[in-house]
Amino acid sequence: MESMASLMEDSATAGEEQGGVRRRDFINVAAASFAGVGAVSIVLPLINQMNPSADVLAEASTEVDLTAIQPGQAIKTIFRKQPLFVRHLTPVEVAEAEKTPTSDLRDPQTLEERTKAGKTQWLVTMGVCTHLGCVPLGAAEGEVKGEFGGYFCPCHGSHYDTAARIRKGPAPRNLEVPPYEFTSDTAILVG
Amino acid sequence: MIRIGAFLVGLFFSGWLLVSAAMGAFALVTTPTAPTAEHEFHKPAKDVEFSFDGPAGKFDRAQLQRGLQVFKEVCSACHSLKYVSFRDFKDLGYSEGQVKTIAQTWPAETPSINPDTGEAATRKPNAADKIPSPYPNDIAARAANNNAIPPDLSLMTKARHGGPAYVYSLLTGFQAPPTELKEKFPASMPGKTTHYNPYFANLNLAMAPPLTTEGQVTYGEGAPKPTVDQMAKDVTAFLTWTAEPKLENRKRAGTAAVIFLLIFLGLCIGAYKNVWADKKAHA
Amino acid sequence: MSFPWANEYKPSNAFTRYLDEKLPLPRFAYNAVGAGYPVPRNLNYFWNFGVLAGVALMVQIVTGIVLAMHYAAESTVAFSSVEHIMRDVNAGWFLRYAHQNGASMFFIVVYTHIFRGLFYGSYKPPREMVWHLGLVIFLLMMATAFMGYVLPWGQMSFWGAKVITGLFGAIPLVGEPIQTWLLGGFAPDNAALNRFFSLHFLLPFVILGVIILHVWALHIPGSSNPTGVEVKTEQDTVPFHPYYTAKDGVGLAVFFLLFAVILFFAPNFLGEPDNYIPANPLATPANIVPEWYFWPFYAILRAFTVDFLFIPAKLLGVLAMFASILLLFFLPWLDTSAVRSGHYRPLFRKFFWFGLIPTIVILGYCGGSHATDGIVLISQIASAYYFAHFLIILPIISRVETTKPLPTSITEAVLGKAPANATLQPAE
Repeated sequence: MESMASLMEDSATAGEEQGGVRRRDFINVAAASFAGVGAVSIVLPLINQMNPSADVLAEASTEVDLTAIQPGQAIKTIFRKQPLFVRHLTPVEVAEAEKTPTSDLRDPQTLEERTKAGKTQWLVTMGVCTHLGCVPLGAAEGEVKGEFGGYFCPCHGSHYDTAARIRKGPAPRNLEVPPYEFTSDTAILVG
Repeated sequence: MIRIGAFLVGLFFSGWLLVSAAMGAFALVTTPTAPTAEHEFHKPAKDVEFSFDGPAGKFDRAQLQRGLQVFKEVCSACHSLKYVSFRDFKDLGYSEGQVKTIAQTWPAETPSINPDTGEAATRKPNAADKIPSPYPNDIAARAANNNAIPPDLSLMTKARHGGPAYVYSLLTGFQAPPTELKEKFPASMPGKTTHYNPYFANLNLAMAPPLTTEGQVTYGEGAPKPTVDQMAKDVTAFLTWTAEPKLENRKRAGTAAVIFLLIFLGLCIGAYKNVWADKKAHA
Repeated sequence: MSFPWANEYKPSNAFTRYLDEKLPLPRFAYNAVGAGYPVPRNLNYFWNFGVLAGVALMVQIVTGIVLAMHYAAESTVAFSSVEHIMRDVNAGWFLRYAHQNGASMFFIVVYTHIFRGLFYGSYKPPREMVWHLGLVIFLLMMATAFMGYVLPWGQMSFWGAKVITGLFGAIPLVGEPIQTWLLGGFAPDNAALNRFFSLHFLLPFVILGVIILHVWALHIPGSSNPTGVEVKTEQDTVPFHPYYTAKDGVGLAVFFLLFAVILFFAPNFLGEPDNYIPANPLATPANIVPEWYFWPFYAILRAFTVDFLFIPAKLLGVLAMFASILLLFFLPWLDTSAVRSGHYRPLFRKFFWFGLIPTIVILGYCGGSHATDGIVLISQIASAYYFAHFLIILPIISRVETTKPLPTSITEAVLGKAPANATLQPAE
């Protein structure tokens, strides 16, 4: 009795397989694909959670008040957890920067390109040497400003000029100018 | 062997439990436990409806803004909201500029250090700051409130049984204690520094009714009248938002997930029947 | 693994042939969960819960690792770090609620899996080792869940830790030093929190290892089935893939559906509001309760109120609580009936459905309630039944019961239904 039952089973199976292979796989494929879509939609938040969280993004902008910075002075502050140099150039420093021919520069940029229109005396740059990341000297009172009167990095001897452009030493590029806007004549919003 | 040992262990535990039960039952019958005031007079939370109830619930942003106003003008004098940042108020429909103004005009200031002298100081909050507490520390909070610290309210609707309904009932539940209370449980009458509220588990709480008069907070144009009931509802909705700012995201994602999974279940059942079709009789 | 008619793994291309020679993982998978593992053809949906438990563990591990990227296990900031996850981390609320409710799903699935074992006699020879390894997994799960609940450092986290670590103090002589050693202090504090975090991260991988042993031990005799009659011929079985992969798909869909409804629409239903209050060692909550999956054991712990001679009630409670799980290790020798499945054991079945299940439900209810006199009384009676059921009643039943006649084979049990389904056969 058992062998007859299994014979019937086998012939039934064979019959279905011949005729309906495509149709019978479709639902299986559909179910598996849906599972795949579900799996991908779960993976997305798992990856996205590593992106900066809302509190980190909130500190992505910093306001700096310029009123206390006299010509010839600079301040060091923090922007996105890194040092920011805000420097009030004297007219002599501005002239020096403007008369340098760009062909002399490793990373050719004019002072105009690195400052806002009509406010070329305000130099806002990151305080991170573009060589290997040390904090250059020259922003605080009494610090060494290097041969070109701007900043000097003591780690490997990079010299930056009054427009914070690299002039001598191993650094490849000028100090980075972050995105910023003047919110008034006496304040900027960085980032 | 094992069965004998098991039998003896079972006899010991079950036996001693039944003996203890008998002793307990005897004590219960001969010296019944006295009823407590809380048991008789405590009321469960009122029935109240909010726009965020149910699987499709959403916040009413106008209500949340009114609730923020009530919080700022009434509650923030004593209660902190320390897990909320000012920038979160953009969710209530405020612009960046408005958020900055709210931060800078907040009644409390953020602790900081005087940059010249190094002494402790305070400064105006900015948008990225958490909402500052009205008190510099717990000791100051106690000293100003009859030795009871007003709890932080960020999570209050999740931290109490009954949730938003409980908070609303508490705010609207202050009343004169009933005469039966004085007769049966004179020790549970409110004292000089406590106030009767049957929705509170211990019946008398240290907080005086915060919302007492209509118009205590002035609502803007087009808003409903600021009755005590309305202000309580609004601030409760606001506190539900502070406890669950992602409520709407959660319910939206849930609807999508459940629909997806229902379809997926249907497909899986189809695939299962398909695979098993040739096994005529199966579980 | 030991059935002679099992399908043979055949690598289909050059790459799989290469792998098969050097590191035969595909062959291993094929023989364990693929078309090479013959399984009884009559398994019902209660057999889905093993795979579901594995999936629940993977959910916990994945969400846990990701949460650990943002959580801070320092007592002054732990609570805030969880709020940071809920509010500021991208999809943080989803990850936290998934992990929190995933633990509940894990226990729902594992309890169903255990009760399947109890009803169908899965613990009987030759599968005693599978049962024992399963109990080890259960104990590890309980330790992991307990420590995990402490991590948010809410009121219930702290006071639950205080109560449970306090139990060790009940051990005579060495109890207090052990308690201090466990805590790294005199009460749960930063030291305890940090070590719980470390161990909570470690144990799930230990569980993973024991699961591998558990499945390995199972695959030696192969799966049991609802009749309890062992596999005899090829007709009794179907290959695991595609038959049970398809059936597990249905189970998975239902699992995730239930999980989604809880996570997205009632994420705090199974939890305690008090854990949204930061831990305060100076203020005890009105009702200290562990998570719902510990409630039956908590009820047994609190049921002992009277000292026995020189043994304090507190110690009795601790011993009984551990005994309530440890006695399950002895089940294969307590229940000596030659018939495995409850389907063929009418007396056993009655005590199972009208004795054991209601008792455990009642114990669960009592464990989550205030310990009033009435509740303690009920706990005592229910706990007495619990111990009597396994230690006294089952051994007696297994000796005196008249069992129903077993089918001679699985195929007979299955195709014995064929006449009723005759109209469903496809037309030839």
